[in-house]
Amino acid sequence: MSAPLLAEFETPDALVRALRLVRGDGHRPLDAYTPFPVEDLAGALPPPRNPVRLVMALAGFGAAGAMYALQWYSAVIDYPLNSGGRPLHSWSVFTLVPFEFGVLAAAVAGFATMLRACGLPRLNHPVHDMPQFERASQDRFLLLVAPKDEPGPLRRRLEEAGALLVSELRA
Amino acid sequence: MSGGGQAHRWIVPERLGYGAITAAVADPIQKRGPGKLWFYAVLATLPFVLLTLGAIGAVLTVGIGLSGVNTTVVWGFSIANYVWWIGIGNAGTLISSMLLLTRQRWRASINRFAEAMTLFAAGIAGIFPIIHLGRPLYAYWLAPYPNTMHLWPQWRSALVWDFWAILSYILFSALFWFTGLLPDLATLRDRATTRTGQVIYGALALGWRNSARHWQVYETYHKTMAALAVPLVCSVHSIVGLDFAASLMPGWQESIFPPYFVVGAMYSGFAMVVVIAIVIRWGLNLQAVITRAHFDVMGKVMLFASIVMTLSYATEWFTAWYGGEHPDRDVVRYFFTGDYRWFYYALIACNCVVPQALWFPFARRTLWLLAGISVVINIGMWLERILIVWNTLSHGHAMSLWRTYHTSLYDLAILFGPLGLFVLGFLVLVRIFPVVSMHEVRQISHDEGAAA
Repeated sequence: MSAPLLAEFETPDALVRALRLVRGDGHRPLDAYTPFPVEDLAGALPPPRNPVRLVMALAGFGAAGAMYALQWYSAVIDYPLNSGGRPLHSWSVFTLVPFEFGVLAAAVAGFATMLRACGLPRLNHPVHDMPQFERASQDRFLLLVAPKDEPGPLRRRLEEAGALLVSELRA
Repeated sequence: MSGGGQAHRWIVPERLGYGAITAAVADPIQKRGPGKLWFYAVLATLPFVLLTLGAIGAVLTVGIGLSGVNTTVVWGFSIANYVWWIGIGNAGTLISSMLLLTRQRWRASINRFAEAMTLFAAGIAGIFPIIHLGRPLYAYWLAPYPNTMHLWPQWRSALVWDFWAILSYILFSALFWFTGLLPDLATLRDRATTRTGQVIYGALALGWRNSARHWQVYETYHKTMAALAVPLVCSVHSIVGLDFAASLMPGWQESIFPPYFVVGAMYSGFAMVVVIAIVIRWGLNLQAVITRAHFDVMGKVMLFASIVMTLSYATEWFTAWYGGEHPDRDVVRYFFTGDYRWFYYALIACNCVVPQALWFPFARRTLWLLAGISVVINIGMWLERILIVWNTLSHGHAMSLWRTYHTSLYDLAILFGPLGLFVLGFLVLVRIFPVVSMHEVRQISHDEGAAA
C-alpha cells in the first residue's frame, strides 16, 4: 500500500470540496488539520471515540457521592458533635462541598479523557515533519488521504481541486 | 466599513485574513521585544509586590492585631478584599462560559484575558481568608485528612465551604483556561523561531495537531466545561454570600445575599475586564480584534448589572422595613445616618448613579470615559463589601458593644499592595501567552465571511 498524501488548501471550503471529491473516487480520507474547528468536517470523517461527557458525569457524580458519604461518616459516626442543636446529619449544608468537589473532579477527569481521546500528550508525530504542516495552526487547511491503490490519480485529483501543495507522508 | 455594515462588527476589515489575525496576536509576543514601557510598568509594580509580601510576612509573624479589627468589628479589610477579589475572579470564567453557551461570538477577543484575570484574582483572593485566620499555620486543618488528633473539619462551617469553593474554583479555572489555550500554544510552537521557544511552547502544547478529531473532542470538553462553569461560579460566590447570610446578624441574614453577591461579582468583574481590555488593546495594538463594538456590549452589560444592583439595595432596605424587626430596621437607618454614612453615599453614587451614563452610546464608545466609569464601579463594589462588614458588625444586637472600625496601615497595605501583584501577573502573562484566543478569532473571521 502506498503512503497517504497530505494536501494543502487555502480555505476550509476548498478542503471540504476536495474531501468529497476524493471520497467519491474511492480514496480514503484519514484526517484533516485546520486552524480552527470546521463544522462540515465533523460528519465527513470517521468520528473519534469521544467518551468525554460520560467520564465527566461518572467522575462528577461519583466524587460528589463520595464526598457526601465522607461528611456523613465523619459528622454522624466518627465525630458526632452537637453544634447549636443542629441535626448531626445536616443534609442541606452537606450538599455544598460535594457540589464543588464533584465539579472539580468532573473537570479533571474530563481533561484527562480529552487528552486520552486525542492521543496526547504525544510531542512528535509523523505529520509534524511534513512541509507546510506548521501552517495548519495558522492559516492553511490540510487534508490527509490514503489513496485507493496508486498515488498518481489521487495527486492529480487533489491538485485539480485546488491544492497548493501535495506531499507524501512517510511514517 | 462601507458596504460591510454590520457584517464585520467584531473584527476590523484590514485584518481579516487568518494569517494576519495570527500575526496580530502572536507577533507582539514572539517577534517584538517587550519595549521600554513594559519594563517601566514592571518596575512600577515592584513596590506594591514588596508591600504585599511585607504585609503578609508581618501579619504571619506579629498576628492579626496589625489589622484594625476589634472585639466588635471582628472582620475588616481582609474579608472585604477577599470578597472583592473573588468577585473579580468569578467574572472571568462566568463571562467566558456564559458567552460561549449563549453563542456570543464576540467573546473570542476577550475570553482569554478574562479567564487569566480569574486565575490571578482568585489566587489573590485565596490569600485573605488564610491571613485572616488568626492562626494561619493551622490552615491545613480545613482539609479532611486522617490525623493523630482524630478530628474532622466542621462541615457546617462557612469557612470549610469557602475552602472547597476556592480550591475547586481555582483548579477548575486553570483547566478551563489551559484548555482554551492549548491550540494557541500549538500556533506559538509552530511560529517559534528560537529553539527555546519551540521546546517550551512545544512541551506546553502537548503535541496538539489541529486534527479534525482533536477539534471534535476539544469542543465537547470545552462546551461541557462551560456548562459546568456557570453553576460552579454561581455556587462559589453564593457560598461567599453564605459566609454572611448563614449568620444571625441584622443586615446579613438575608436570603437575597447569595444571588446579590453573584450579580455584584459579575458587575465588578465586567468593569475590571473593560479596564484590562482597554489597556491591553492599547499596549499590544490589538485594535483590530478588540473593537469599539466590544466595549459597547460590555457597557450594556454593566448598565444592566448596575440596575440589578440598585434593585438589590432597594430590596434590602424594603425587606428590613417590611420585616419589621427592630435590629434590621435599625441597621438600615445606620447605613444612611451612622458613622459610615459618607461611604454609603459614595457607594450608591459609584454603583447606582454614575453607571447610568452608560445609557448613552457616547459613554460606551469613548474609551477614557468607559475606563473611568469602570474604575468607579470597582471602587463602589469594594465600598459595598467593606460596608457590609462594617455596618452590621458596628451596629449588631448588643448596643453596649457598638464600636467603629479603625483602619490601620497594614489594612491599607493589603488593600493596595495586591493590585500591583495582579498587574505584575498580567504583565508577565502578556509576554508569554497570547492574550486573545487566535483560533476563535479565526473562526469568527471565517463565519462572518470576512476571510477569503
